[in-house]
Amino acid sequence: MSRPPAGPLLEVDAVSVRFGALLALSGVSLSIERGEILAIIGPNGAGKTTLLNVISGFYHPYEGRIRFEDRDRTHLSPPDVAALGVARTFQNVALFKGMSVLDNLMTGRLLKMGGHFLLDAIWWGPAKRQELANRAIVERIIDFLEIQSIRKTPAGKLPYGLQKRVELGRALAAEPKLLLLDEPMAGMNVEEKEDMSRFILDVNGEFGTTIALIEHDMGVVMDISDRVVVLDYGRKIADGPPEQVRKDAAVLDAYLGASHD
Amino acid sequence: MREHDTFPKLARANAQRMPDRVAIREKDYGIWQSTTWGDYLAHGRAIALGLASLGLRRGDKVAIVGDNRPELYWAVLATQALGGVPVPLYQDSIEKEMEYIIDHAEARFAIVEDQEQVDKLLALRGRCPRLETIVYDDARGMRAYSETCLLSLAELQEAGRKFEIGHPTYFDDEIAKGRGGDIAIICYTSGTTGTPKGAMLSHANLIVTARNAAEAEGLGADEEILSYLPMAWIGDHVFSYAQAILVGFAINCPESAATVLHDLREIGPTYFFAPPRIWETLLTNVMVRIEDCAWPKRRLVRFFLDVAQELERARLSGRTPSAWRRLLYPLGRVLVYGPLRDNLGMRRVRRAYTAGEAIGPEIFVFFRGLGINVKQLYGMTEASVFVTIQRDGDVRLDSVGTPIKDVALKISPEGEVLYKSPGVFQGYFKNEAATQQVMLADGWMRTGDAGFLDPAGHLKIIDRAKDVSRLGDGTLFAPKYVENKLKFSPYVKEAVCVGQDRPYVTALVNIDLTAVGNWAERRSIAYTSYTDLSQKPEVYELIEREVERVNRSLLEDDVLKGAQIRKFLILHKELDPDDEEITRTRKVRRGYIAQKYAALIEALYGNRDRAQVEAKVTYEDGRTGMVRADVRICDVGAARAAR
Repeated sequence: MSRPPAGPLLEVDAVSVRFGALLALSGVSLSIERGEILAIIGPNGAGKTTLLNVISGFYHPYEGRIRFEDRDRTHLSPPDVAALGVARTFQNVALFKGMSVLDNLMTGRLLKMGGHFLLDAIWWGPAKRQELANRAIVERIIDFLEIQSIRKTPAGKLPYGLQKRVELGRALAAEPKLLLLDEPMAGMNVEEKEDMSRFILDVNGEFGTTIALIEHDMGVVMDISDRVVVLDYGRKIADGPPEQVRKDAAVLDAYLGASHD
Repeated sequence: MREHDTFPKLARANAQRMPDRVAIREKDYGIWQSTTWGDYLAHGRAIALGLASLGLRRGDKVAIVGDNRPELYWAVLATQALGGVPVPLYQDSIEKEMEYIIDHAEARFAIVEDQEQVDKLLALRGRCPRLETIVYDDARGMRAYSETCLLSLAELQEAGRKFEIGHPTYFDDEIAKGRGGDIAIICYTSGTTGTPKGAMLSHANLIVTARNAAEAEGLGADEEILSYLPMAWIGDHVFSYAQAILVGFAINCPESAATVLHDLREIGPTYFFAPPRIWETLLTNVMVRIEDCAWPKRRLVRFFLDVAQELERARLSGRTPSAWRRLLYPLGRVLVYGPLRDNLGMRRVRRAYTAGEAIGPEIFVFFRGLGINVKQLYGMTEASVFVTIQRDGDVRLDSVGTPIKDVALKISPEGEVLYKSPGVFQGYFKNEAATQQVMLADGWMRTGDAGFLDPAGHLKIIDRAKDVSRLGDGTLFAPKYVENKLKFSPYVKEAVCVGQDRPYVTALVNIDLTAVGNWAERRSIAYTSYTDLSQKPEVYELIEREVERVNRSLLEDDVLKGAQIRKFLILHKELDPDDEEITRTRKVRRGYIAQKYAALIEALYGNRDRAQVEAKVTYEDGRTGMVRADVRICDVGAARAAR
C-alpha cells in the first residue's frame, strides 16, 4: 500500500454553520489524516451530523474552509464531493428498498460508469465490459461483507443490522478515499456491533480507506478508533487518542452533564 | 492395481488422463469457478513441496480445518502424497475440542481456511508444543499478525515451487513410496460420550470400500455432487475426496454455509447425501412455502402430494397402488412434482442417501413420492462408511438395505449387529483399549447397534444395543423400536413401553389431544377435558386398533415377534417436561416414569382392569397439585377374544 506522504486527507478550517439564529457549528477545525479511523463523538445536538453533512457537501459553511487532498473545495455539491472520493452512510438507512442487495450495491458504482445509453440498452461492447468490471468489484464487496446469501434479496426485506451492512457495502462500492459513517451501529445488538466493528477495521486494514465515523457506543469508539474528536454545542472541545480523550475534563463535563452556564 | 493403491497415485493418473476435465468447482464472487484435475495435482504438488520444505516427514500429522474449499482438498492430497496423515477437524469446534485433537493427534502442521481458525489455533498453540506451523488460505484480516509460525497458503506454495528446483523428482518419489496399507486419514469421531477417538483408515480401506459402493450404485464420471457436509466427517471424505478421485467426478463447494440450498439448486447434483436433519429442513421449507400460497394453489399442491405419498407408501409396502392414483401421478408430475423437484435442486438427482440415524417415514415417503430416489444406507467411520445400501427397486421403509460387496453381516447372540469388511479400520490412534472394544478377536466388528436380518437379507436396525433389553423369558425387547412404531400413529403422541425382566410387554400411551379431539368431534363424542377424553371407551378402542397394527407389524419380524404389546393403558395426563417425565428435547425419561407410575405398571402386570393413580402435576406458573384418576387397563388379546 503506497500512501502519499503529503498532509492530511481532509482539513476543516474554522468552519461555522448557521441555521437561522442557531449556530450549529462554530469555528470547528479538524483534520482527517490519511489511513486513520477518526471517531466524532458528542452529546445529542452537538453538531456531529452537521459536520458530516458539511464534509459531504450537503451543507455549505457560513464561514471557514474545507480542503480535500490539499485543494480548496468548500463550495462543492454532494455529487462533486462524491466524485472526489468521499462516500457516506446515513443515520437512518437510506437504501432502495425494492431493489435487490446486488442492485443497491451497483448504484454505488454509478459515479464510475460512463458510456452511452444506447450501448447500455443493447449491452454491447464497452457497455458490457464496463458492467462486468463493475460487477466484479461489487462481488468482491459482497464476499468481503459476507452477504452472499442475500445477494438477490430485496433490501427492504432484510433485518436492520443487515441493511446497515448493505449500506456500508454501497459506500464501499464507490471505492472511496474517505468513508463517512453516520452512526453505523445505532440500534444493533452486541453481536451485530462486533461484526460491524470488524468490518470497519477490515475496510481500513485491507483497502487502506480513511474512515470518519459518528458513534455513541463509547466501548466501540475506544476499541476501533485511532483518534477521537469531541463536539459539544457546535464547538470542538477535545481532539486526541482515545485514552487521552477519555480522561479529558471538558469531555467528562459534557457527558456527565456538569453546568454549562 | 499395485500402481494405483493410494489416492495420490489415483489423482496423478486422473491428471494425466483428463487434465482439462473439471475436478472441483467453487462458487466465489458469485460465479462458479472451476479447477481441473490438472490443477488439482499442480496445487497438491506445490503444497506438498512447501510442506516438504518445512520438513514434513512420512507419518507426520497435518490438521485440516475449514469449510469445504478446494484448497483444503488439495491440502489433503498434498499431505498424503508425502506420506503424511491428514487429520480433518470440525470447523465449528471450540478451542478446547480442537486442543484435545491437535494434541492427541500430535499434529505438526495445520492448514486452515481463515482468520477465525487461525485465532483458535494461536490460542491453543501454547498448550500443544508439537504444532509448528499454521498455514492459512484466506488472508483477510491477517495483515496485523506477526507470529512467525504463520504462513499463507500462497507463500507455502511459493516455497514449494522453490524447493522443487533443487528437488525436481521429490514429489513423484514420495508418491511412489506410498503403499495401500499406509494410513490415509485419521477421522476423529465426535462421540456422544467421552473423549473423541481417532479412527485410522488406510488407503486400501477407503479405495476398496469406495469402489465397491460406487460399482454397486453405478456411479459414473459424469456425477455432480455438492460438498457441503463437514470435511471432518468421514462421509464427506469418502464422497467428496475418495469417490471423486476414484471415479473421477466433479465436486462443488458452496459459496458459504448460508447459501447451500441456493447453490444446491444451481448445481443440480446427480448424487446427493444428506442426514435426516437436512431432509427435514428441506421438507419444512416446502411446507412453509405451501402455506404461503393462495388457496387454489395450496389445495392443488396438497392434493397431488397426497396422491404421491399414498402411491409411494403402497409401493414401499409391496401393495399395488390404486389405479386411480397411478392415473393421476403423471399429471401431478407435470403440475407439482417436477417443478418442486426443480425448485429443491433435485431435478437431476439419480441417487440420494440418508444415514446417520433413523429418518421419519413421512419425510422419506415425501421425497420418494416426488420421484427423488432417496435411499437409506448404513455405515460408520470404522467401516470406511459403507456397510449396507438399499438397492434401486428394493427400497423399504424399515430396513437399511443389504450389505455391499465383500461385507459380511451377522448378529451376535446378544442381538448386536456385527460386520466384516475390507473397509474395517486400522484401529483408534493411540487408543488400543477402545480398538479392542469394537474389534472382536475373530475379526468381527461391533457396531453398537441392535438389529436383525430379515429373510430377504435386509438389515433392520432396532436401536442402540445398550438400549435393548430382554423379557423375563429371554425374548429380545427393544422399547424405542416399539414406541416409534406406536408413534407413527397420528393419535399417539408419546408412548412408554415396559417389559424388561417381565413376562410380557406393556405400554403407557399418551394420546394426541388435537388429533384425538378432532376425531371425537367428528364422531360426536362429547368430552370435557384431556383426562375425560383419554378414558372414553371409544378412544380406548381407537388406540387398541393402533396397538394391534403395531403388533401385526412386529409379527413380521422374526426376532421381535415375541415382544408384542399385551396390555396398555392411556395416561390421564400428558407427559410433560415440567413434570420431568420427558426431557426438553422430548426424550422419554424411562427411569423416572417407572418410578412415578410404579402403581400403574404393577397394575398392568396384575389381573385388575382398572387402576387408581395419584400424580403430582406442575402448573406452568410452578405451583404443584395432585391429580387423581381412575385409569382403565386394556388387555389387547382378551378384548379381541371377547369381540
